[in-house]
Amino acid sequence: MSAGDAIVIEDLRKAYGGVQALDGVSLAVPAGELFAYLGPNGAGKSTTIRILTGLTRFDSGRAALGGVDIARDPLAAKRQCGVVMQHVNLDGDLSLAENMDIHGRLFGMSAAERAARTEELLAVVDLADRAKRLVNTLSGGMKRRLMIARALMHRPSILFLDEPTVGLDADIRRRIWGLIKQIQKQGTTVFLTTHYIEEAEFLADRVAFLDSGKIRALDTPQALIARVGGWAFDRLGPEGMVTRYFADREAAQAAIAASEDAMTLRRANLEDAFLTLTGKAVR
Amino acid sequence: MLQGMGAVYLREMRLSRRRFKRALVGMAVSPLLYMVAFGTAMGSEARFEGHTYLEFLLPGLIAMTTMTQAYGIAIEINIARFYFHIFEEFQAAPISGAAFAMGEILSGMTRALGGVAIILAIGMAFGVTIHTGPWFWLAVLLNAFVFAALAVALAMLISSHGDQSLLNAFVITPMAFLGGTFFPLDGLPGWAQGLLHALPLTHAAQAIRADAFGRPPELIHYAVLAALGVAGFVLALKSVDRARD
Repeated sequence: MSAGDAIVIEDLRKAYGGVQALDGVSLAVPAGELFAYLGPNGAGKSTTIRILTGLTRFDSGRAALGGVDIARDPLAAKRQCGVVMQHVNLDGDLSLAENMDIHGRLFGMSAAERAARTEELLAVVDLADRAKRLVNTLSGGMKRRLMIARALMHRPSILFLDEPTVGLDADIRRRIWGLIKQIQKQGTTVFLTTHYIEEAEFLADRVAFLDSGKIRALDTPQALIARVGGWAFDRLGPEGMVTRYFADREAAQAAIAASEDAMTLRRANLEDAFLTLTGKAVR
Repeated sequence: MLQGMGAVYLREMRLSRRRFKRALVGMAVSPLLYMVAFGTAMGSEARFEGHTYLEFLLPGLIAMTTMTQAYGIAIEINIARFYFHIFEEFQAAPISGAAFAMGEILSGMTRALGGVAIILAIGMAFGVTIHTGPWFWLAVLLNAFVFAALAVALAMLISSHGDQSLLNAFVITPMAFLGGTFFPLDGLPGWAQGLLHALPLTHAAQAIRADAFGRPPELIHYAVLAALGVAGFVLALKSVDRARD
């Protein structure tokens, strides 16, 4: 934890009934980093974002955004962040521009600032020509882009994205990845939750593996993959799929040569790291 | 506070503008039916508090419509909360619970005033005009505030849209019929009068009717509505805070 951290979480705990959704999570995200929170459904990813953005209470621990404690000064903490929730939460009966305008008003922006920023951001997400249309007329991918634009309206220093590409087609997903990278390049800290391995691997500077409310591993994607070895092969045997990992290609090829089964050598990926370090698959 | 309240209010007004025609018809149908059905049934001979039944009914309908329109925002808040998740946008914004509650309450009061305007117009179409002085409008506004605050509170407390229907069936609808809207309470037994005076709508109907008939105001009704308004607002504030899971 340092003064340059945009997000600091210390021993955060939250239970719903008897279920421990977050069980002592601690992490720090430096300003400007793109941080991914990877885990299966129910791991506690959304709960973390909901707590940090003021939607959910927490039982114990501490969290700060840009040095502002979220429990002591929630309004100041909220001013620093934008949030894109997993589900669409736009006003379908209002136009794109009206949705942006209401958001700007909630964050105390002036009329001139709201108009200029709406025009600028709708152009960034390629929706400028639809500004006056009702949100109900947009496709799922367009709505997701509009939600990202709306979250950026007040120039937040931290952007929370909760499963930003869930349910979207592959081409739209890649388009949104490009947008997220662009946002980070402009200096915004991005905190992303996902259960898409390739999303975390492609986008993130660092990844945390979250499982059953606990962080099981936290590092760069490359370092996490290196922990299991850089190379892998899968063999389908009577006991099911068995994957073996190797530190270098030569060792892997030697193992394949010694086996009678048909196997394909491949590079290890973040999913291998997740499987090995948590003992579970990301679903 | 003002920026958040303004944003919440403006959002509701923009949505109302989009649904204006539907809302207008919705606001007009029930009072029109009551005027036709009860006005015809009771005829012009029967006198209530020295007035024709339609003259007696109109202030009651105004009290009832003020209540139903102001309370109607509960459904809008529910839909925004449970189906469209818009409430999260307000929760994640740097605005206080009071700003959210006041924005919604003001939108409920605006709807209520729209409903009153429609009933006055329907009354004029039936040849019934009533006095609408400052005490009349004060009673209307207090009544709207009480029920809009209650709507915000209950919309935050319930956990599903189905609960909202139960509240309407067991609280709002009985109050609409028993709160001195359709008949004078004087003929009822003392215990029933006492019971019905516990309802805010009874006080609203009596305060509105008094000014509509040109009688001096009975301040007790205004005091009760003001006290219930404060209680409703405090409950709304607590409920908005509790809505975080």
